[in-house]
Amino acid sequence: MERDAAYFEFLCRMGDNALVLGHRVSEWCGMGPVLEEDIALANIALDLIGQTQMWLGLAGEVEGKGRSADDLAMLRDVWDFRNLLLVEQPNGDFGQTMMRQFLFDAWHLAMLRGLEQSSEPRVAEIAAKAVKEITYHVERSADTVIGLGDGTTESHARMQNALDLLWPYVGEMFAADAVDEMMAAEGIAPDLAALRQGYDGEVARVMKAATLSIPESGFAHKGGKSGFQHSEHLGHMLTQMQWLQRAYPGAAW
Amino acid sequence: MKPEVEEIWRWLDAVPDPEIPVISVVDLGIVRDVAWQGETLEVAVTPTYSGCPATTVISLDIETALRDRGVKDLRIRTQISPPWTSEWLSDKGRARLLECGIAPPRAAGGPEHCPRCRSTDVVRVSQFGSTPCKAHWRCKDCLEPFDYFKCI
Repeated sequence: MERDAAYFEFLCRMGDNALVLGHRVSEWCGMGPVLEEDIALANIALDLIGQTQMWLGLAGEVEGKGRSADDLAMLRDVWDFRNLLLVEQPNGDFGQTMMRQFLFDAWHLAMLRGLEQSSEPRVAEIAAKAVKEITYHVERSADTVIGLGDGTTESHARMQNALDLLWPYVGEMFAADAVDEMMAAEGIAPDLAALRQGYDGEVARVMKAATLSIPESGFAHKGGKSGFQHSEHLGHMLTQMQWLQRAYPGAAW
Repeated sequence: MKPEVEEIWRWLDAVPDPEIPVISVVDLGIVRDVAWQGETLEVAVTPTYSGCPATTVISLDIETALRDRGVKDLRIRTQISPPWTSEWLSDKGRARLLECGIAPPRAAGGPEHCPRCRSTDVVRVSQFGSTPCKAHWRCKDCLEPFDYFKCI
């Protein structure tokens, strides 16, 4: 694989993770369990969509075919998306949404800290901007996982279910393929495997405080970031997210 | 005749932030540079938060204000590095925030006191508030909720 082709793929991965999770979280807008949580979720979604614009904007430049961030977000079909399977999973209940958020935030922050050292200055700049926002996100998602896990019998059971359901999607974040290996070799992105220990430590700390048990199985669903096999949920999400641009191409306001 | 850069900074200091109109875009610390590149005036603007919806409005407001002053050849450049920090808020801006009931950011991570009654017995309601740059707090003495400008 050529360097620029891999670089484009990598930027789509970063952008699509932020875009798909940002859209998922925005689905809570107006439906949060309490007003403060509703506002918090909308703010988090906003940060992620802002980061999407930077990643996909750069991806479009690197690709050199004149595609904008909006083109990439709104006019690609499901098989061209490069996000992790974790972020496309449905919201479920509020606890499941927050568990998904924490499992992703903890990885995202470690990844962005690595990207701050990127050999590509544009990547380092975007990461330095995003790292401030994600530091704030993980503080809240960790607190919420702890609060609900170490909460009532009902909230504890729901959080354990959420962890059991989502844990098999964690492995994909650390499984390096040819794109990741080239990015690490070029100094553009950190070595994914090297992020695992810190992640496991942070997740273990939070789950212990939350009185939750991390599943023992290391089985990992894969195929999201390579685009090989997304779960059925992504297509359904895109029909809503992209509907307006598909029905009214070029619509703007 | 090209206006002096100092003059332009003064004009920009009269452009209010669209979401917190008591402070200017200069007070907010998002105008990073004003310079003439030949006959073109270049203004570098940095976003507070990457998804802040006010960013495009701010660029438009800056452009309108400068065109009203007769600047014809103008370019607004978005600059994301170094990333914006709440430390760039001006002292004037901090004082204005407090006057208007918004607690200014502090490195300690929370407001110094309630912007209304000055009580230090305050509690965080939510890490997030009415705009991306604010969190939601409450005073336990006068019982009023208030905005706290987040420290990042």
